[in-house]
Amino acid sequence: MLNYTIRRLLISIPTLLFISLAIFLLLELAPGDPMAQVPLTVPPEVKQAMREALGLGEPVHIRFWKWIVQFFWTEPLHLFDSWFGTAWAEGQQRVISWQTRSPVMEIVAQRMPQTLWVVGLSYIIGTLIALPIGIISAYRQYSIFDQIGTFVSMVGFSVPTFFTGVLLIVIFSVKLGWFPSIYDTTLVVNDWSSFVLQLKQMVMPVFVLALYNAAQISRFMRASMLDNLNQDYVRTARAKGLTERVVVLLHVLRNSMIPVVTVIALGVPTVFGGAIITEQVFKVNGLGQLLITAIQANDLPMVQSLTFIFAVLIVLFNLIADVLYGLLDPRIRYD
Amino acid sequence: MTDRLADEPARGPDHGPDRAHAVPAGAVPGGMAVEGGTPAPPRSQWWDVWDQFKTHKGAMAGAFVFLVILLGVILGPWLWSIDPQAIDIRARNSGPTLAHPFGTDQLGRDTLARMIAGGQTSMAVGITAMLLSLVVGTAVGVLAGYFRRLDGILMRLTDLFLALPLLPLLLVIILLFRDRLRAVFGPETGIFLLIVFVIGITSWMQTARIVRGDVLAIKEREFVLAAKSIGTPAHRMIFRHILPNVLSPIMVSATLGIATAIITESALSFLGLGFPSDYPTWGRLLYDATDYLQQYPERVIWPGIAISLTVLSVNYIGDGLRDALDPRIRGR
Repeated sequence: MLNYTIRRLLISIPTLLFISLAIFLLLELAPGDPMAQVPLTVPPEVKQAMREALGLGEPVHIRFWKWIVQFFWTEPLHLFDSWFGTAWAEGQQRVISWQTRSPVMEIVAQRMPQTLWVVGLSYIIGTLIALPIGIISAYRQYSIFDQIGTFVSMVGFSVPTFFTGVLLIVIFSVKLGWFPSIYDTTLVVNDWSSFVLQLKQMVMPVFVLALYNAAQISRFMRASMLDNLNQDYVRTARAKGLTERVVVLLHVLRNSMIPVVTVIALGVPTVFGGAIITEQVFKVNGLGQLLITAIQANDLPMVQSLTFIFAVLIVLFNLIADVLYGLLDPRIRYD
Repeated sequence: MTDRLADEPARGPDHGPDRAHAVPAGAVPGGMAVEGGTPAPPRSQWWDVWDQFKTHKGAMAGAFVFLVILLGVILGPWLWSIDPQAIDIRARNSGPTLAHPFGTDQLGRDTLARMIAGGQTSMAVGITAMLLSLVVGTAVGVLAGYFRRLDGILMRLTDLFLALPLLPLLLVIILLFRDRLRAVFGPETGIFLLIVFVIGITSWMQTARIVRGDVLAIKEREFVLAAKSIGTPAHRMIFRHILPNVLSPIMVSATLGIATAIITESALSFLGLGFPSDYPTWGRLLYDATDYLQQYPERVIWPGIAISLTVLSVNYIGDGLRDALDPRIRGR
């Protein structure tokens, strides 16, 4: 198992390097000039000096190397320092945002909790809803429950999140006035009433994302359960006189969970990416919104770092899915 | 498959692989004609597929809705002759009336006419982007499955593309190249080409994987061995024997590809990085309507319903097609 994990880990390193190169080269082609906002009264030689201060004067491969070093060495060192109070990264250049002139990672760390709260919670809720729906749909195939469940998951899967979000805002905040349409991140939860407010503003974005995730996962769960329910070992278990409960929840469910667990793991990074839209609808100032504003402001280091963080998440969760698959299904490991 | 062998003229093993062999004119395209000595008149497999497809109620309803939307979008300009760009400032922000059944926007432009124009763009983007991703996906899948030397590198490439964060990259690419393409092709064609290209180039991976898997399985079958042994060159092998047999997964991913492309285009427009406001698409109309969410909430409903209905119907068609094209299910 360790061997298998290490092999997977080694494969992901060139993948990450290649992706970082692709992102870097793509942004090299950017036509925008970070000096465009500087007043015309600033003399050209000062502008040139400012350009070099931003690290723009050197050839591409050197800047790529510097960026790699900053991203993979300096930033982790800073993280380590802030956790353990050491000073190893003292004086090393960090990735600086052109918009705010502060380290990119600090802004990312500020925005991370909002995204994690909304996206993470909705993914967990979505999964928790999807699993029982998938199990019951498969166990009672073609029943009314299955028909309705299939239809709802088809709708949840087809209706884009930007429409469900806007629709919910129209119904629940414009017409009924139950929930606020804008997510207020400055809200501090310190007593019961602010906690209720926090819950209220989270209901709609979490619901939108949870519906979308639940629709996808329940379809996988149903298909996987159906594959297993007709297997011989199920008949054997029933013939032994085990109760239906044990047969379905212990024998069938455990085997059906193998592909579903990997699907759940693979879905996590896509949720981070897809949440860009939901964050935009509900004005949550999380990572997705940070990316959009950075793109509009031509803030290349920020765009680079964020896109790369998304890529790292995808590669990481691919790795987790692979390892989980190997852990759950021994046949995979020995391939 | 066996009837093909009987049709092929007998050839000696001394023909080199480079020698092209003539395929008889009577060979059935698709190579899937009903086999065996049944007395029934020969029926193409597509009739069986259609019979099975008809039994799937959701798929039939989906096909009907999709056709209605498609026809409405294509024939709409003849039936509803108001110019989508015509500004009638005195009739601005009107609700549904006889003159404007869907109301008008803040400049007095007719919403129904804009919905039709937007639908044309959305559908055109969806179908073109799907075709592009299908061509790329099928090419990569067939090449990787058929030629063992290319397999490793092409599948690595597919894995790399799957590991890219697509939506952020789409946004970045569009931002970077929008102005250049506009300068070359004009504002409308430029952005259309860019969006179609970008969506197509980032959505071919699933098709490639499925096609590769099927090609690998078909390559081991006897009829391929037989065709190879009479010296069929690779290109004819692929177009004549392999491609017709992997048509089913390609068709299913084609339908689902339309849905993904329409959703992606709307999402881009919704984020303000798609089509400009005077060149409406459904996503752009939805985005513009959100600015007036408090005053005129009904305005977001029309484009939203149009997108959702189209995607839902396409997904149902895909579901039905998958069942209909699966011979294991079709028998029952």
